[in-house]
Amino acid sequence: MTESTNMEIAISHPEKPDLLPPPKPPGAMRRLAAEITGQAITVFARAITAVRADWRGIEPVARPRVYFANHTSNADMPMIWSVLPPPLRRVTRPVAAADYWLKTPLRAFAGGEVFRAVLIDRRPEARTQDPMALILQAIDEGSSLIIFPEGNRNMTKDPLLPFKAGLYNIGSSRPQIDLVPTWIANLNSIMPKGEVIPLPLICTVIFGAPIHVEDGESKDAFLTRAAESLAALAPERRAE
Amino acid sequence: MSGATAQIILLTLASFGLLIALTLFGEYLRSRVPPGQSDPVVETYMTRIYSWWTMVIFFALALLTGLFGVVVLFAFSAFAALREFYTFSYKSKADHLALALAFFVILPVQFALIWLGWAELFTVFIPVYAFLLLPIVSVLRGDPSRFLNRVSETQWGLMICVFCISHVPALMTLKLPGYDGRGVLLIAFLVMVVQIGDLLDIYFGRRIGRTRIAPGLSPKTWEGLVCGVISAAVVGALLYWMTPFSPIAAMAMAAVASVSGMFGSLVLTAIKQDKGVRDWSHLIPGQGGLLDQLDNVIFAAPIFYHLTHLIWAV
Repeated sequence: MTESTNMEIAISHPEKPDLLPPPKPPGAMRRLAAEITGQAITVFARAITAVRADWRGIEPVARPRVYFANHTSNADMPMIWSVLPPPLRRVTRPVAAADYWLKTPLRAFAGGEVFRAVLIDRRPEARTQDPMALILQAIDEGSSLIIFPEGNRNMTKDPLLPFKAGLYNIGSSRPQIDLVPTWIANLNSIMPKGEVIPLPLICTVIFGAPIHVEDGESKDAFLTRAAESLAALAPERRAE
Repeated sequence: MSGATAQIILLTLASFGLLIALTLFGEYLRSRVPPGQSDPVVETYMTRIYSWWTMVIFFALALLTGLFGVVVLFAFSAFAALREFYTFSYKSKADHLALALAFFVILPVQFALIWLGWAELFTVFIPVYAFLLLPIVSVLRGDPSRFLNRVSETQWGLMICVFCISHVPALMTLKLPGYDGRGVLLIAFLVMVVQIGDLLDIYFGRRIGRTRIAPGLSPKTWEGLVCGVISAAVVGALLYWMTPFSPIAAMAMAAVASVSGMFGSLVLTAIKQDKGVRDWSHLIPGQGGLLDQLDNVIFAAPIFYHLTHLIWAV
């Protein structure tokens, strides 16, 4: 504990407060530790929430894809990651915020080495790399991605917040990629914001039919269509 | 204990024999399907048989370990059942702590009380203490919207999934004259007569069923139910040697357990339809959730426990 605190202080820098340097390529021991941690997260997710995949609109085959999902809880990404079959999981990388995942050495290990996240710096004034370039580079290397186009956790009563442009930019730059709407059901009750104890309720991850940016489709029209395809997967709730 | 153990092993071997026959039958059906194809009906049948293998093995292992094994098996079953129930129950953020208490405090305490054999406490712990405590925990968060709906569904989940299920291992804690150390056979008896009655209810319901019990809710028929209960009673009479009952009493107890189980399954079907789901979960391949599998035992167990306690216990 003391050691990690010291490390944080040591690397703190006036211009880039609170961020660790991007992770270096790990050694064999750390790769093994990351592998074991990943398995443990999967087993834990299954034991507590009995998380289950519903491949409703697409088959679980290893093709480069972008899974875009609703975002209500910090556990969203590990849930999607846990339900992917292992061959798919190995090539799937979440796109995540560097300011969250590089805050402590533990998070840097989890984000960088367990989930192998594509880390995006959300501070335009401080960043050295263009986020979209990093994302496209990951796709060109053959990775699938998990993204949360709402940008932030949805704390409202609406099913989805307005989508950010990233999904459109990916879809128009790499039109052959399947954009897979991915609805995570029930996580909101499992771990609402501000609660400490997760409830062991059943979580289902629903994968819908993939969409693509069509010729001449405008950004707004596409983002609306994408949000509709995602919201359509939500299990029906009875009228209040 | 050794006599009971020998009888449990005998029953397990008999169940294995039955499952081997059913598995071979499935493999025979599979071999008749042209190569490179698969028949969905046969595959569903085989999935169900495999699930039955798993359930029989778990159940037999628990029974052979004695009270502790049975308590642990049913505590985990109650946990899985409660998880299914609360996934669909009406709740708000204000109930988070109450629900966490239900899962992580009330459920383990109830099964610990069974293990300790404190009948005075485990029969009132959930109907009295949890019943009064959890609404208090919820009300402290100060959200009155649909309050009665929320606390009712929370309490219902505890009664069905924890209180009722815990009465299966509780059968082992009854003090029955001349039946020392054989309580585990009573559990095997209850589960067998209820499940066999249910299977034959479905079989006869399909063959001769005419009059629906609850039209629009379930395909269950009065004809199927009567045949199922009679079959359960006959099986109960044949298995009377496992119980502290006379053959006639074993028959009556089997019939009572079977009837309450069948109506219990109907009640849980109504809840599922209200919540708009076909199965409670996908925990058991080919069979749905644990609540789908245990719905009959859940309603049969408390009544079976109390009648045995009332008439036979000292």
